[in-house]
Amino acid sequence: MVSTDRGGGLMRADLLAEPVPGLDEALAVVEAFDRTLIGGLLRPQPTQAAALTELAAAVAGTPLASLVAEAVEKAAVGAASEDHLLALAAARTALLGAIHDALTTRVDEATGRGRAGQPAAKPGAFEAVNLLAAARAWLADLARAGWQGIDHDLVSGAGQVVSAMLPDPALRRPATLLDGFAAELAACCPGAALERFPVRRWADLWSRAMMLTHPGAGGSPAMEAVTGRLLPLGVDLHEHATAVQAQVHAVFEPADGSSPRLVRASVSAPKPDTVVGVGVWQLLRPHMSLPAAAGDGRSMHLTDMPITAEGDLIWSDAHARLGEPADAFATARVALPGAGAGAIAPLDRHPAVIAVPVFLEDYAVQRDDGRLAFTVAGQRLPVDADRIPSAGPLTPDAVATSSACIGLLRWDAGSFRVQPLAVETVVKKKTVAIHAGAWAGGTADKPAVKAEQAATEAVRVLRERAGKLLRT
Amino acid sequence: MFPDGDGKVWEASSTARVIPPARPRKLAKVPFVELADGRLQGVVSSGSDIGRVYVSSVATRGYSFACSTNNNRPCGGARGSFCKHIQALITEAVLQYGAERVARYLRVEVDAAAGAPAIITTMTATRPAQADGTAAAPVFSRFLRHLGYLELVADTTPLPEMQWFPPTGAAA
Repeated sequence: MVSTDRGGGLMRADLLAEPVPGLDEALAVVEAFDRTLIGGLLRPQPTQAAALTELAAAVAGTPLASLVAEAVEKAAVGAASEDHLLALAAARTALLGAIHDALTTRVDEATGRGRAGQPAAKPGAFEAVNLLAAARAWLADLARAGWQGIDHDLVSGAGQVVSAMLPDPALRRPATLLDGFAAELAACCPGAALERFPVRRWADLWSRAMMLTHPGAGGSPAMEAVTGRLLPLGVDLHEHATAVQAQVHAVFEPADGSSPRLVRASVSAPKPDTVVGVGVWQLLRPHMSLPAAAGDGRSMHLTDMPITAEGDLIWSDAHARLGEPADAFATARVALPGAGAGAIAPLDRHPAVIAVPVFLEDYAVQRDDGRLAFTVAGQRLPVDADRIPSAGPLTPDAVATSSACIGLLRWDAGSFRVQPLAVETVVKKKTVAIHAGAWAGGTADKPAVKAEQAATEAVRVLRERAGKLLRT
Repeated sequence: MFPDGDGKVWEASSTARVIPPARPRKLAKVPFVELADGRLQGVVSSGSDIGRVYVSSVATRGYSFACSTNNNRPCGGARGSFCKHIQALITEAVLQYGAERVARYLRVEVDAAAGAPAIITTMTATRPAQADGTAAAPVFSRFLRHLGYLELVADTTPLPEMQWFPPTGAAA
């Protein structure tokens, strides 16, 4: 029995292991639809038609019902238009949205955390409609060909669209997604030679890209400006061949004394594919001082910093100054339990977007076959050690010997898992904290310094080449 | 592809790793190399003229090859067999992507542990033909596009889509 006198900081891990009613049924419909994309929708087989019918049935009680029913009727005979394919993507997205909601409810129960309600959704700006239409045409061709049908000609069709989108900040989301997706597909061409497919992943990326081609789908978040103290918990890094994003999770204490909030601050940059690992920090550093502050264990003071209802700070260094030292583990122990979570944007209702900061201690660590898991209050919670970046000092070995952990609770492939952001472990009889983002501001670690210098040199060479070739 | 662990879990994962991360390498000699468009292709700096680059490529399967300057002058060394630029391109591709992936992409039957020299020897032993020069322009424009990534500005608006792209811990 878990005692309650330790506040909301202790996670009810037992709730995470309990089956979620209806989850398996919903996932089965998603999986069957995802498999239709392997062979493609140009000439659907009976099993594909059946899977599409199941998808329509699953959303029959929703406002999408008639739209999806019509789309399925056409798709089942290989006659789906782009709009029909968009309707199929929407149906799949709605189903995963429902799964997300059930999982998030479970997470909020387990962490004992309140969550802000979503303000009425407003569509985003209707911009660059032609580019979005071009992206949709490419995605439609992809769905018709199927993963087995991809070849270099088809995949390279994304290149022009991505190049035209990337310079426009309003199109950075679809551009970055399409770029990462197309690079994966290109590396896997020809599809006919593949033995197996990342079925869920590619269907996710396809559906999401499809949704983002709907003008205004990204939404326009409700914004306010906030003033107060920001206490970083940890840095989460995201990376594909030509993009990197660092996301700092933190507790924000408003100066007006209102309740503390769980917030995020993000910085992202396009990058050449040869700048990897610890080399990515230098691309982000000039644009946001926060990751370095978090890496150095400092708080920050914010003045009139814009924030969305989802808890995303739209960072500008002009609204921030460095504060006093703030130990992330003290923040996790003391401030995290009482911090309320932000709302969730409609399109972010997807299991893969779940990333909830949690603090864990008093756990046992198992390591079998190289796979790490914590046992928390008698429950097994897998550790997603694959998400630990090489761009920091945190390693699976440090996690394996840790006694406390700040992590992100995530859900993937049917189960919850925790992604470590920082751990406390004993080195030479002293407890030390090791943060995945510790090198954001720079490091004295010799191999890391060398790697960072090599990346600086790579960027210098490319800039020099660009100076000679781009402007002639 | 490198499915790790249980195949079922890999297929059901939103964040399944599909391609291994590129490995860092020195870019001075070969600023750009990629496995794309059915070719191993890229750009090699001239040893003598810093304003000049060679655009080089080798096709998968038949290994037909091409090398010319960015001003469309054919490379004198690429007559009959791979010139030093193409050899450098393959060597750097092996550094960036690993010998196994390069060999698999080019469809070269070779022990990947043997590295770039073995891949080059195996290809040249088939006496590959010289390709026409049509690849040069698209390869060069892909290089310019690649350089363009450095010109794009960073942004602090969140990209939720990046949740699907976790860092690849396997990178060196």
